Amino acid sequence: MNKRSKNANNINKKKLVETAIHGVFLILGLTTVSCVLLITVYLVISGIPAIKEIGLVNFLFGKTWASTAENPSFGILPFILTSIYGTAGAILIGVPVGFMTSVYLAKMAPTKVKNIMNSAVSLLAGIPSVVYGLVGMLVLVPGIRRIFNVPDGASLLAAIIILSIMILPSIIKVSVNALEAVPKEYEDASLALGATAEETYFRVSVPSAKSGIAAAIVLGVGRAIGESMAVMMVSGNVANMPGLFESVRFLTTAVASEMSYSAGLQRQALFSIALVLFLFIMLINATFNFFLKREKEGLV
Amino acid sequence: MIKEKLSFKRRFYIVIMRALMYICTSLTACLVLALVVYLLIKGIPNLSWEFLTSSPSYLTGRIGILPDILNTIYIMIAALIVVIPLGIGSAVYLTEYAKNKRIVSIIEYAAETLSGIPSIIYGLVGMLFFCQFLGMQTSLLAGALTLCIMNLPTIMRTTQESLKTVPSSYREGAFGLGASRWRVIRTVVLPGCVDGVITGCILSIGRILGESAALLFTAGFAHTLNGFVDGLGSSGSSLTVALYVYAKEQGEFGVAFAIATILLLLSFMINLAAELTQRFFRRKKTI
Repeated sequence: MNKRSKNANNINKKKLVETAIHGVFLILGLTTVSCVLLITVYLVISGIPAIKEIGLVNFLFGKTWASTAENPSFGILPFILTSIYGTAGAILIGVPVGFMTSVYLAKMAPTKVKNIMNSAVSLLAGIPSVVYGLVGMLVLVPGIRRIFNVPDGASLLAAIIILSIMILPSIIKVSVNALEAVPKEYEDASLALGATAEETYFRVSVPSAKSGIAAAIVLGVGRAIGESMAVMMVSGNVANMPGLFESVRFLTTAVASEMSYSAGLQRQALFSIALVLFLFIMLINATFNFFLKREKEGLV
Repeated sequence: MIKEKLSFKRRFYIVIMRALMYICTSLTACLVLALVVYLLIKGIPNLSWEFLTSSPSYLTGRIGILPDILNTIYIMIAALIVVIPLGIGSAVYLTEYAKNKRIVSIIEYAAETLSGIPSIIYGLVGMLFFCQFLGMQTSLLAGALTLCIMNLPTIMRTTQESLKTVPSSYREGAFGLGASRWRVIRTVVLPGCVDGVITGCILSIGRILGESAALLFTAGFAHTLNGFVDGLGSSGSSLTVALYVYAKEQGEFGVAFAIATILLLLSFMINLAAELTQRFFRRKKTI
């Protein structure tokens, strides 16, 4: 009798421990969710007041940013457009190069070349952004000044070139993975019908990996729009409307460059810029997930 | 032989595509090579033993980066100590406990979102939350915690991948012997995820090493030499932040290049380590 109740007690205790541990793991599992919530809530709470005070239209479509002037104006259209142009430019240069490289690496390269290139691409991905910024500052900026004969080489063009190099590794890695996942039968069938290797790769393999390649491009867009340090070092950092040889400021660099000395409404406006950037990123993430999902579904 | 039969249009297509592939691949290769060579040429002359092992002094005009190296290491240690249990825990929850598909997809979506958020936003939120709300001021600890959030998805994903490779027959066997869930996790599942954790750590170390924007506002720029415990409480610059400050604000390009060379070598070593460990564990698994 006594023994049995002791046993039951033990089992109860065990159950309690099990439930407790389950709870602990549940909490650990939810940390990512709570981090996302934390970031979202903080950005929204600190970003909304300035937008309210300035007015949404004035804030988003105002053409002048003069945060420290006597009559300060907070229009972030220059930053938004710069970010969009800069990203578009980087994609325009980076995607074709990355795409061609990844088709070669995934389909045609001999193993030795492939291994070497893989580590080269990993190295490119591992180089910190400040190092890109440094090289851009000392090579690209003077180079642009000399070649195009403009007074200052720190410009949108320099930022575009740096960004297109920085997004290369992500584009190459994701598209190589997508291309390698294309079923061999597709290619064999195409080859058996008399298509040459190149025709097969570009007209059979690439179309069937297109969701993955699209995901790679979207990932590149995300990287480019979120990059701050490298861009800050080469883009000149003046709040102009974007022009190829104009000294410009991106959404990211607008936050980074004024944060340390800002106060009051100016500081709140910086948080609002971060909120706008965050919304952009969320949109891009959703697109990325959409393509990734489609690729998974398409291949299974 | 076959080529003669092909029409001009097809031959043209082949030649163009081939040429484009070669050009683009060699462009990428040259880019990496040029970058590495340029950094080494500019950086190595500025490297010296004294540079690596002393702290900067305004009195003698000496520039040393020992504090920055130590700060980087402190941040790494602190961030990894916090992020490893969190990452393993959430991976274990996802693969072993979670039955509700919706929770799983929410957590995975959150992880995707976290890995897409730009570092400047992490820096901003880290500053607001850790430095101001929790009252840590600009300190290495605040920086480390910010980086911890950044690296959580990495550790979680690599651990999850390695947990998936633990055969479910092991778990079923253990359950069949009457083991409780926690016991199964402790004795069967967790030993199987060591490779994922190590890979995740290496990737995170690489990311922490290269991070700058998130640290600028959370960890600060000081160059003082500190011990681990004092260091965590005070502001200090990591190698990347030091590079930025030396290059952009002080115009000390020699120092900046020396730091860049160190960063380049370190990230090369980290890549190598990641590859070697992956190969090592793969071989172990196939045996």
